[in-house]
Parts: sequence; structure tokens; C-alpha cells
Amino acid sequence: MLPLHGERQDAKGIISDKINSIETLRGSSTVKRGFAHMLKNGVVMDVTTVEQAQIAEEAGAVSVMVLDKLPSEVRKAGGVARTASIRIIEEIMDSVTIPVMAKCRIGHVNEALVLQETDVDMIDESEVLTPADELRHIWKWDFTTPVVNGARSLAEALRRIEEGASMIRTKGEPGTGNVAEAIKHIKKVNDELRTIKSIFDSGDNQDLVRMAREFKVSYDIVEQTAKLGRLPVVNFAAGGIATPADAAYLMSLGCDGIFVGSGIFNSDDAKERARAIVLATTFWNESDKVKEAQKMIDERQSMIGLDVNTLELRMQDRGGSA
Amino acid sequence: MSLTVGILSIQGDVQENHLSAKAAIDELGIDVQVVDVRTPEEISKLDGLIIPGGESTTIGQLSLVNGSLKVLKEKIQNGMPVLGICAGMIMLSNTANDRVIGKTEQPLLNILDIKLERNSFGRQKESFESDVSLDSINIPKFNGVFIRAPSVSDVGSDVEILSKFNDRIVAVKKGNVIGTAFHPELTEDTSLHKYFINLVNTSKN
Repeated sequence: MLPLHGERQDAKGIISDKINSIETLRGSSTVKRGFAHMLKNGVVMDVTTVEQAQIAEEAGAVSVMVLDKLPSEVRKAGGVARTASIRIIEEIMDSVTIPVMAKCRIGHVNEALVLQETDVDMIDESEVLTPADELRHIWKWDFTTPVVNGARSLAEALRRIEEGASMIRTKGEPGTGNVAEAIKHIKKVNDELRTIKSIFDSGDNQDLVRMAREFKVSYDIVEQTAKLGRLPVVNFAAGGIATPADAAYLMSLGCDGIFVGSGIFNSDDAKERARAIVLATTFWNESDKVKEAQKMIDERQSMIGLDVNTLELRMQDRGGSA
Repeated sequence: MSLTVGILSIQGDVQENHLSAKAAIDELGIDVQVVDVRTPEEISKLDGLIIPGGESTTIGQLSLVNGSLKVLKEKIQNGMPVLGICAGMIMLSNTANDRVIGKTEQPLLNILDIKLERNSFGRQKESFESDVSLDSINIPKFNGVFIRAPSVSDVGSDVEILSKFNDRIVAVKKGNVIGTAFHPELTEDTSLHKYFINLVNTSKN
């Protein structure tokens, strides 16, 4: 089983309380990472309005992610993208029973604190918004609310986990309707996991130390991950997913679940597409069911995709060197 | 013939329950297989079933879509032992009310006559760990992991209360049907899974 216990017992996000003289612990790694475990095999959908959130819930989404603009609209609008209006987040929290997440800017501690105070169920420190600090991500051990981060490689994923991320997702290239980057990122993480696992199995500790230095993380987390042969937290796919077949393919590559950004509510058949992507994620290994799901959508209604090679803004590079 | 315990593999922490059930079986040293199940055919072959934690709206809707909800209900009514965890307990109930939203329209199995409140302790920030006891089934101390957990405020006359957290009911039993608001599969303690595997074993023999 994935290790749920926190490495940092001194984390400020862990709160010991007494409810009627019974000891309770909030914000522990078991509770924070455990939340991500409940999302497994599910689809988290980006939404900007109450109406979209309700469509997502009816379609069978495990959670919704509230943004001010969908990633594709962020791309068009330019300027600075910040966290969504708190009033809208609260309205959505009051209208669906599934968990509600929201995005904050990379490194923007106080945007994250505002979201924690708003009582969202998970915070996404996201490259879709304009980074507030290119050099430092948020120290997520200080938060009682779990945080998810994007990653393009094992090194990025492990750096975020060391900072206290309770969940990882691929970055992909958001707002493009192009799944190629998400596929590239999950394959890279998988390749690197295989590499460190084989080093671990060979007993060459010195080589694991070398990997830890290359990844800019501690030896402990590399050893723990190598031993497991997978990321020590739940790992979803995100960035450019637009069709049921996209979702099924990423599940087949070993992802624990799917985030869909612009792909649903930027299409002209959002309701059917939301449902179809949920079905394809659940039944990804039954090709007849994926075909049925794919048949529910019309390619002529899909969002127009973007070629990643000609993009002016590569969101995935944001915060990547830190 | 060896027994088969299934983990309902629609959405949620299937793998965690699979591993906990396997660990429990190893400790008990009995001949039981653990399989992930999804289709009506797979479910129909089971001797026991665990409905894992996850999102109850998602699990309910998707098990309705592929026809497994109906088979599940028949099997459980015919005596198959079932352990419903968090979302799984919600699935077993007859009505679900959300703490904020009120009554929900989600598909349920309608097995346990309990008054259930979803997200009863609050949102994720209020999720917690705390010791609970299930004395009537000889588990005096268990680390309860409550994640956006539901609770039961009232039970029908045929439903036994296994555990309470303060004034809220967090584990119930009716014959071979067990529901818990907390997540035994997120701890190393296999005692609840062992209790369930034993229940499957004795109900067959």
C-alpha cells in the first residue's frame, strides 16, 4: 500500500484537537493523502459556473475544480490569471455534494490561505495561473487542506511531494485540447520510475544518491519511491484531454484518474462529453465501452486543438526549474 | 471450494481494500480469493463484497449504468455479506441527505434502514483521525480515518450500532451487512477486514 504517514510530524498543517475530550488529528498525511485516494479512477472537471458544476456532478465527476476562466480562455485572454472569485467558489460549494477544488498561483501562499479559509476540499497550485514566485513553490506542509501539484518528470513530482503535495498530476499542456504533452509527461515519469527501481533492485546505493542529486531531492524520498516502483502519492493525468479515448489511453498508462480542463466545457456537447469521459475513465480497459463512450461525442463538436510546437505560452514550463 | 471476496471496482480506493483484504486473509490463514469486480456476471459469483470508499454519486450512477446495482441488491438481500466503507455505507442506505444540500437523488441500494447524513463532519479541512471502538465485535480500539465522512443519526429497529464517535453513529451492522463511516483500508490495522472475512467464511460454512 502507498505510505500514507507523513514524513514531517512537525508540519504546521497538522492540528491536534479535542472534540468532547476525544483526541482528533486533522491535516495529517493519512487524512490529506487519503482524500486523494478517494478520487481514484475518477474524473475531476474544470468549471467556471454553478451550472457547469451541476452538469459535472450529474455526469459522475468525483470533484470539480473552480477557475475564473477555462485554461483555453486564459490562453486567449493573456494578462495575469489569478485565483477564482471566492463568491463563485462558495456558490458552487453550496450547490454540489462532490468535493470542490480551486486553483492558486504557483508560490502564492496567501492565495492558498484564502482558499483554505474558504474551505475548498483541495488546492491546486497550478501553472494554468500566472506564477507569483518562479523560484519557490508553496511549503504545503503548513496547510491542513491538501494540495495537488503538476509535474512533467519524476524530479518535479518528487520535489513537490517533498514540499508537502498530497497528490500529483501531469502538467500536459493545458488549454490546448492536445493530449500529446500529458502522454509525454506520464511516460517520462514511468520511464524514470523504472530506472530508479532497477537501480534499487541492483542494490547500488551510490547510484541512487546520484539520482537524488540529479533530481534535487533527498535520498530518502528517492529510495522510498524506488522501493515502491511508483509515485508515493496518487497520480492523475491532466493537460489537453478532450475525448473519451484520450482519458482511456492515459488510464492505460497507469494514471490513477483524470483531470479535464477546457476539453468539456469548451466543446459544443459538454453534457454528453462529460458523461462520456467519465464512462471511458471507469471502463478504460473494456474497449467496447470506450467505443460506446466515444460514440456519445461528435468530433465536429470537439474544441479546436492547438499545435504545442507553435504556442506562444507554454504553461508547463512555469515553475518547472524550481 | 475456496471462497471469493470481491472489491467493487467502479471508482474509489479499490486497490487499498484489495491489499487490506489480502493481508487479513494471510493473517487468518484461510483459503479465500480476492478479486476486483465490476460486471453483473463477476458479482454474481461472489461469496462476499466490499464496497470501497470514493464518491457515492459516481459509484451509484456508474453501477446503475452497467446493471451491477440490481445484481448487488439481489445478492445482498439473499444473504451475501457486504462491507460498505464511507461511500459504500452511503450506497447501502435507504436515503442520503447532504449536510448542506439536503436530500440527494443519487442511486442507492436501499438495504440499511438508517438516517444518514453525507459530509456530516464538514469538508476536507475537518477530516480527521481518531480512535474509535467496536466493542460488540471485539475490536476495542481502532484508528478511525474519517474523510469527508458521513454519519448515521438514527437507525431502524433491526440495525445494530457498532460504534459511535461522540453522539454520532459511525459503524452499523444488520445481519451480514456492515457499514463504516471511517476507512479501515487506510490503516495498517486489518482487524475490521479480518472480522469481515470471518463473517464471509462462517456464513458459507
